[in-house]
Amino acid sequence: MAIISNAVTIADAGAFSASLGSMTLIKTLTASSSSTLSFVHGASSVVLDNTYPIYIFKFINIHPANDGSGVNFQFQGSVNGGSGYGVNITSTAFLSQHNEDDSNTNFEYKTDHDLAQSTDFQELANFMGNDNDQSCSGHLTLFNPSSTTFVKQWIANTNNYTGSNFSVNFNYAGYFNTTSAINAIQFKIASGAIASGAIKLYGIKDS
Amino acid sequence: MGLISNGTTLLDAGAIDSGIAQGSMQLITTLTASSSANLSFTSGISSTYKEYVFKYISLHAATDEAELNVNFSVDGGSNYNVHKTSTFFRAEHTGGGTEATALEYRAADDLAQGTGTQKILRTFSTENDHSGSGTLTLYDPSNTTFVKHFLARGNVIQHANDTSSVAFVGGYANTTSAINAVQFTFSSGNIDAGIIKMYGVL
Repeated sequence: MAIISNAVTIADAGAFSASLGSMTLIKTLTASSSSTLSFVHGASSVVLDNTYPIYIFKFINIHPANDGSGVNFQFQGSVNGGSGYGVNITSTAFLSQHNEDDSNTNFEYKTDHDLAQSTDFQELANFMGNDNDQSCSGHLTLFNPSSTTFVKQWIANTNNYTGSNFSVNFNYAGYFNTTSAINAIQFKIASGAIASGAIKLYGIKDS
Repeated sequence: MGLISNGTTLLDAGAIDSGIAQGSMQLITTLTASSSANLSFTSGISSTYKEYVFKYISLHAATDEAELNVNFSVDGGSNYNVHKTSTFFRAEHTGGGTEATALEYRAADDLAQGTGTQKILRTFSTENDHSGSGTLTLYDPSNTTFVKHFLARGNVIQHANDTSSVAFVGGYANTTSAINAVQFTFSSGNIDAGIIKMYGVL
């Protein structure tokens, strides 16, 4: 039996007909001295297929075990359900940074953060700090990962409180250069574990 | 009493059943400016959400060259004076017969442990059809361990020659106290019109 209000069908056949919103939380992974955080389609209730045309990963207070040089937050994709993470990426990277004592500002393209047809992990933040109150937050949007026609575009923006007390606004964009479906994404820190923090995966409905 | 359709519980105990997938971005508050000195969100910011998104839509300044600012409070809005370290860069394109472009870091608009307001859009125009719009994201404001990161991006039509100016702001509120209020102001004059919506992201 349908539920109808003011001539509008609100619910029918065991589901709401009215929109409950287009952004759906799929999975939250919480780090606890974790070497990696991996979202694999079909595992642990993760959806990363053609259910949604857009996926957004939100990074909430990613806190590293180590500090400073080489402590870089990174990601890569997989076309084989997480057996391997090494899809060719071409990307751009630029940042703005400013330190707490006001002695340094910088706004530049970062050639050491971009990739050119590389299977390396892509940077999302670097020189992370492990003081108790230091962390990195931001987001990564992945477009149409299940397409078998197009490459897979992505855009990321993070803000990082570095080990040397800088605020760094990173802007990255690029594409997985594959026409195979991306069905897993892995995050890690290049040196040491992810001590704490959460990564949330959302799907954006197209209708 | 639950409301069950086709064997599926849709509503129960005064809420949508936990088994029903809901939208994760939930509108909490809409504030509408009407010659307002400020628009302040002093309730609804809690540990319920790990991310808050503020959408400023068609803000119109009462005073030419006013700049849109934000600040944070840890005492429910009694004071807006949290230390912040931030970056600010912008891209601009000027039309109106004086074609020019710019992409630059704005040292005058960043903060280094400053407690004053953080600029998020520059030099508004008061022309009737001019305005500024954008988004500010504040991460985990109730956390009492970490600083509070924020990211903002917005576009404004500036006072001179119909310049389109997009601002990119990132930073952190350098406090381990919970942020529980957020205030938007112009650097001079009132917020003549426009709305700011605050969403929580589950």
